[in-house]
Amino acid sequence: MNRHAVLIALYTIVRREVNRILRIWTQTLLPPAITMTLYFIIFGTLVGSRIGTIAHAPDGSAISYIEYIAPGLVMMAVIQNAYGNITSSFFGAKFQRFVEEMLVSPMPSWTILTGYIAGAVLRGFMVGVLVLGISLFFTKIHLYHPLVTLSTFVLAATIFALLGFVNAIFARKFDDIAIIPTFVLTPLTYLGGVFYNVAQLPAPWKEISYANPILYMVNAFRYGLLGVTDIDLRWAYLVMLAFVAGLGAICLTLLHRGVGLRS
Amino acid sequence: MQLMSAIPALEVSDLVKTYSNGVQALKGISLAVAPGDFYALLGPNGAGKSTLIGIVSSLVNASTGDARVFGCSVRNQRSQAMAMLGLVPQEINFNMFDNPFQICMNQAGFYGVPRTVAAERAEKYLKQLALWDKAFVVSRTLSGGMKRRLLIARAMMNEPKLLILDEPTAGVDIEIRRSMWKFIQGINAAGTTVILTTHYLEEAESLCRNIAIIDHGRIIENTAMKTLLSKLDVEAFVLDLAAPCAQLPVVADVKLTRIDERTLEAEMSRAHDLNSLFATLTAQGITVTSMRNKANRLEELFVRLIDANDKVAA
Repeated sequence: MNRHAVLIALYTIVRREVNRILRIWTQTLLPPAITMTLYFIIFGTLVGSRIGTIAHAPDGSAISYIEYIAPGLVMMAVIQNAYGNITSSFFGAKFQRFVEEMLVSPMPSWTILTGYIAGAVLRGFMVGVLVLGISLFFTKIHLYHPLVTLSTFVLAATIFALLGFVNAIFARKFDDIAIIPTFVLTPLTYLGGVFYNVAQLPAPWKEISYANPILYMVNAFRYGLLGVTDIDLRWAYLVMLAFVAGLGAICLTLLHRGVGLRS
Repeated sequence: MQLMSAIPALEVSDLVKTYSNGVQALKGISLAVAPGDFYALLGPNGAGKSTLIGIVSSLVNASTGDARVFGCSVRNQRSQAMAMLGLVPQEINFNMFDNPFQICMNQAGFYGVPRTVAAERAEKYLKQLALWDKAFVVSRTLSGGMKRRLLIARAMMNEPKLLILDEPTAGVDIEIRRSMWKFIQGINAAGTTVILTTHYLEEAESLCRNIAIIDHGRIIENTAMKTLLSKLDVEAFVLDLAAPCAQLPVVADVKLTRIDERTLEAEMSRAHDLNSLFATLTAQGITVTSMRNKANRLEELFVRLIDANDKVAA
């Protein structure tokens, strides 16, 4: 396939993914909006009003608890939806066997992977914007470092889309795509510094938290929006880029070998 | 057998496939299909046909050996080989939530066909396969025959040089089956090489010029349809009589069986002439008003070959 043909193939996958997201918006966009609204009401307004100031912005202004958790909640929604999109979409294609349409086509493996990742990142973006919009009803959001915010969002969504892809490749039944989000993703997210400052944790929980990749994403995203972070930003980028490179290589190898797809 | 000197549309050499459960589905298959051919690939269930098609279409990884589509190796030049291939699978495998037009457009997109060209092709093939009035309804609601035709329309979106149809008419009524035959014959006449697997042997006999029979993972016959059919030394005819025949007539070298009082079955050597049969019947006061071949000839041969192979295997 020449470059133009590959771009058409890539566009076709992304277009199909976006159409799917919009067609079933009550399953893809509405639930995170409702869930995050509840988080803002309960943790932000009801609990947060009793906590008071939790940090200070670079300009010295006080950061309330609800302001502090807002970036984490956005990132949590992005991560969960990027992951959920790719597992349900790719496993659905496997389950209904229309993944074979792509497997018998001349498309290179990386095009299939990139198309699905782009679809998942776009869902993460739609949900992220939606949750960010909802957060404005409860608190004010600054944008201290737009590039950090955007790059962190793209990297985090890509990492969890890649993880979701691996899950979908190995999944044989629908239960297999529900186990990881329930037993791995949700605990990691809650323990990833969304609701608290990791520096305040006692040993050994503080040290254990540094092994959680979500901590780096949440903090880098928080730095982009609020200008404050619990961890060194260089470490955050290093961890995220390492995950993208490692998981990307794993996904391409699995796809190229046809693991879970070709007999 | 035209253009046999040219690069084969499909060339399969020493193909072996052993699945992870130890089942050896293919035991060293080699065959070549000439460009422009209409080729039948027959065999009983579990013979290895779908595995062979899976390897050619890159859905199954061969253990050893290779397949080449117009000279391009499926193993080493997968993209070039797949660009020339169209596949109509045995099982329905499109997104049931998309409509036929979207399914065709997506398929074209996967092959890098620009959307304007894809839209023209989708309309053309959906119309040719009498699906245009259903182009924008959810494909889940289509009838079985419509779904089968949609698989063919989808496979045509890259206008392949080699079209493989794996039991395309399974479970389809005769009227739709005939319309599908007509379409596929048209595609073949326009230059596309067609490989057909089917369990309807009359379909293979009437459509295909060359044939391979596969059994227990091996090719047991690979020849021209005419050559194969000429091996059949006995033919059976059904004779419709003008008046009821109370007693079974006797004709030398012909085995006659009474189906009912106005119908006889005559089984005879292909070397035996029909004139002497009619002359003997006329002499016995029996008038034949019409006659037809009793059974599908290919079916008889197929059963014989498979039986013989089973005995050898046993």
